[in-house]
Amino acid sequence: MKRLYLAALSAPFFLVSACKTVVLSPSGDVAAQQKDILLNSTYLMLIIIVPVMLLVVFFAWRYRASNRDATYDPEWSHSTRLELVIWAAPLLIVICLGGLTWVGTHLLDPYRPLDRISSTTKITKDRKPLQVEVVSLDWKWLFIYPEYGIATVNELAAPVDRPIEFKLTSSEVMNAFYVPTMAGMIYTMPGMQTMLHGVINEKGIYDGFSSNYSGAGFSGMRFKFHVVSDADFETWVAKSRASDATLDATAYLSLEQPTENVAPKFYSAVSDELYHDILNMCVAPGTACMDDVMMRDARTRAGQEPMTAMNDADRTAPSEHMTHMAPMDQMGEHAPDEPMKADPTGGGMLRGHGLSQDLTPFFGTKPAASSPDTL
Amino acid sequence: MTLPVQDPSNSFLFGRLSLESIPYHEPILLATFAVVALVGIVVFGALTYFRLWGYLWKEWFTSVDHKKIGIMYMVLGVIMLLRGFADAIMMRLQQAMAFGGSEGYLPAHHYDQVFTAHGVIMIFFVAMPMVTGLMNYVVPLQIGARDVSFPFLNNFSFWMTVGGAIVVMMSLFIGEFSKAGWLAMPPLSGIGASPDVGVDYYIWGLQIAGVGTTLSGINLLVTIIKMRAPGMHMMRMPIFTWTALCTNVLIVASFPVLTAVLVLLSLDRYMGTHFFTNGMGGNPMMYVNFIWIWGHPEVYILILPCFGIYSEVTSTFSGKKLFGYTSMVYATICITILSYLVWLHHFFTMGSGASVNSFFGITTMIISIPTGAKLFNWLFTMYRGRIRFELPMMWTIAFMLTFTVGGMTGVLLAVPPADFVLHNSLFLIAHFHNVIIGGVLFGLFAGMNYWFPKAFGFTLNEFWGKISFWFWVIGYWFAFTPLYILGLMGVTRRMRVFDDPSLQIWFVIAAFGAGLIAIGIGAFLIQIAVSIRDKEKNRDVTGDPWNGRTLEWATSSPPPDYNFAFTPLVRDLDAWHDMKTHGYKRPQSNFAPIHMPRNTGTGVIIAALSVVCGFGLIWYIWWLVALSFGAILAVAIGHTFITDRDFHIPARTVTDTEAARSKLLARGT
Repeated sequence: MKRLYLAALSAPFFLVSACKTVVLSPSGDVAAQQKDILLNSTYLMLIIIVPVMLLVVFFAWRYRASNRDATYDPEWSHSTRLELVIWAAPLLIVICLGGLTWVGTHLLDPYRPLDRISSTTKITKDRKPLQVEVVSLDWKWLFIYPEYGIATVNELAAPVDRPIEFKLTSSEVMNAFYVPTMAGMIYTMPGMQTMLHGVINEKGIYDGFSSNYSGAGFSGMRFKFHVVSDADFETWVAKSRASDATLDATAYLSLEQPTENVAPKFYSAVSDELYHDILNMCVAPGTACMDDVMMRDARTRAGQEPMTAMNDADRTAPSEHMTHMAPMDQMGEHAPDEPMKADPTGGGMLRGHGLSQDLTPFFGTKPAASSPDTL
Repeated sequence: MTLPVQDPSNSFLFGRLSLESIPYHEPILLATFAVVALVGIVVFGALTYFRLWGYLWKEWFTSVDHKKIGIMYMVLGVIMLLRGFADAIMMRLQQAMAFGGSEGYLPAHHYDQVFTAHGVIMIFFVAMPMVTGLMNYVVPLQIGARDVSFPFLNNFSFWMTVGGAIVVMMSLFIGEFSKAGWLAMPPLSGIGASPDVGVDYYIWGLQIAGVGTTLSGINLLVTIIKMRAPGMHMMRMPIFTWTALCTNVLIVASFPVLTAVLVLLSLDRYMGTHFFTNGMGGNPMMYVNFIWIWGHPEVYILILPCFGIYSEVTSTFSGKKLFGYTSMVYATICITILSYLVWLHHFFTMGSGASVNSFFGITTMIISIPTGAKLFNWLFTMYRGRIRFELPMMWTIAFMLTFTVGGMTGVLLAVPPADFVLHNSLFLIAHFHNVIIGGVLFGLFAGMNYWFPKAFGFTLNEFWGKISFWFWVIGYWFAFTPLYILGLMGVTRRMRVFDDPSLQIWFVIAAFGAGLIAIGIGAFLIQIAVSIRDKEKNRDVTGDPWNGRTLEWATSSPPPDYNFAFTPLVRDLDAWHDMKTHGYKRPQSNFAPIHMPRNTGTGVIIAALSVVCGFGLIWYIWWLVALSFGAILAVAIGHTFITDRDFHIPARTVTDTEAARSKLLARGT
């Protein structure tokens, strides 16, 4: 029995080294640091786990009923000194682990811009991060390169050793963007933006995928990440620029329709506002952008002041570290005096799709004071 | 977007239910249906042939006896285990097959239901009923009570749990189950991404069962606080009762959150509100927070009573007082409180700031301190003991070795930078199966083997028990070690097909492990069958087959309806051990009539009506909803007019029962 357990326990360590465990041998600096924390925490815990397991086996064998040589002390049930040890030993480990966690979590916060490319190279000023805007769709990935004005579906490329700054959102359901070799995952959520910083230090073709179940086509939400030299990256961009397809609102709306196992696609041009509009859920013509709606709500105190009172100076400053309500750092594409687009559902902010009557009176808003549109 | 609720194609009579909703074009379901129908007909026929319906109705279904309700909970748990395990095997086969361009044998539509159903069933309808069943059976006996505080409520709670299980099972053959994962996270579970009945089956199944769970939590909580035998103050309560107390505090505090969050989700789905929708001010992140504020305490709801079982078993089979009773109690209380401060560790990767993530990571690690203390306490209970390796003790040792690894990987996942690379991976799956199988399930098996003789008057067969044990334990390691490795290879959960052929071998090993577990389950069923066949041989006449230490062993096996002829007086921790060492003599005379609650069918009827009401809600059959809801109210109000709710067991009967026991005891010694 003991040997079986030992075999079962040690087997993983042998086998793990024998296969491609990308998490334990990543090619990106962030993932490498995450791996170090993973291993160091494991070692710390083994300090206590291994003795405990050995003691379980030893005591079970030593104090078996048939062993009449072992001391039998049926009333012994308390020892302050032992109690102290069994509470203090795990506490000490947790204090160490807690320190490691606090520092590691702050250092490797996905929102924090990188300050090094690898353990030996600091970031220099001229190495600007590559901007990539990521949208998870049902069931494929859209990557927009705002600096280059191109977009791709299910294929990502970046120069080796160049820091990358991802801004991520989703079209309808949640996904998680994960390139194990580069850095940990981050959720993509509709109407919200998350961020991720990463870098890859070795050329190669790597796997990326969704790591949060998102429906029928989830298994096929995979892409290849080409990490290449600067020159090859330019070639890759040029290849994309040579494509016939361009991505505007109409093209996006057809791309957004659910499809599975989509082959890589390239767009030579992408409209400037597309990512903003996806994030604010207003790509479809006639839909109001969430940032505009929120801005107006904030300005007009739930519709009591007319919309026109808003001007550029009143806009909220972009927030430093903000996941949640996307519009915060995405203001300003739509002119404030531009007429608001109508909500296609005909429902208002507080009115359910399924409820026919106007609920405004119940919520104390004077109908007369609301804007001309249905919102 | 219009809500399907208002779809004009829904008929008045049948809502959105039509012949198309019956999945007769899916061969797997058709075969399942055939088997279920066949077994159903055989069971029904047998019950009718042997004229058992009246007996079952009078003695079991309507019973308010906590012992019978406890046993029925266990039966429900075992039946649902078979269903949940069938799902597990289907998943393992699919993942072992779907390589190199093969789609496997399950289309997404089916596979996604299978993994959702597996999670829902295993947590809500296997682990929960079995944990509740053991608490129901054992707690009143351990505290020297005649029953729980609210016996009718107990019966009602049980049948509501069954009702929830029936709703979930119905989705197999009428319509479909949820494809949104076991926690039904919006936006995926919203009406836009999941317009069909699956999520509604999920919601109403859980809501109906949730009524039962919450009420049974209140019931046991009150029972433990109010019904303890004289002399049993809090610090003399057996440790299992302590863990049950903490678990029921958790149930009462956390299940209302689940109920509320599911109500909000149903409002989104039925009424077009915007709590968790993408736009219109809704926020799906709120759902994720709410569901885990319930969900994290839930795992402690499951594990705490099992910790209690291990404590009882270790102490009994080491023939020794539990080491560090006081620190064990405080550790349990610490875990209870801390379990509310860790929920965010389930979604570090959702974009919270580093300080928030660190805070929840560290609180999670802190939980490992009292948990570790418990493990040490068991260890030092074994120290200088005389350990008898009976089945319950074997499960306990296996737990100590297995759970430690699961605890370690759990703390690892609590370190946010590590979680960023392991979250949602098969490493996570391996971790929580490591603690739920290695912790909860092993505990349930320890508990079943330990208390079975108390409940039925004969011990379980040891040979088949050992077969079951070894296949489960080895099968567990075969099934989940590969998942740890696959997680480190960056493989995500809930995948249906795979590209990389080098992964296949691991999935094949995992499937092999699942096969071993299947043998373990089979051996467990055989163990029960063989034990029933040989019950005369393994009869326990003493009422105390393991040389136990707590009060449940003071009465006969199985205990009489009234549990104790006289309420025991408790003078020490390990009350029964204390009574035995001080030469306790069973009272033989001067019995008084015993006041008992009367059986009632109201619980069964309301639960059945709730299932009908849930069915109406799922399929938008509004007249049925109105009718059944009205009927529920009518029956509930009608029940309050029944005044004949109790009776007395005459002193004569008590005297006879106790005399019969004396005769048995005399024969036994």
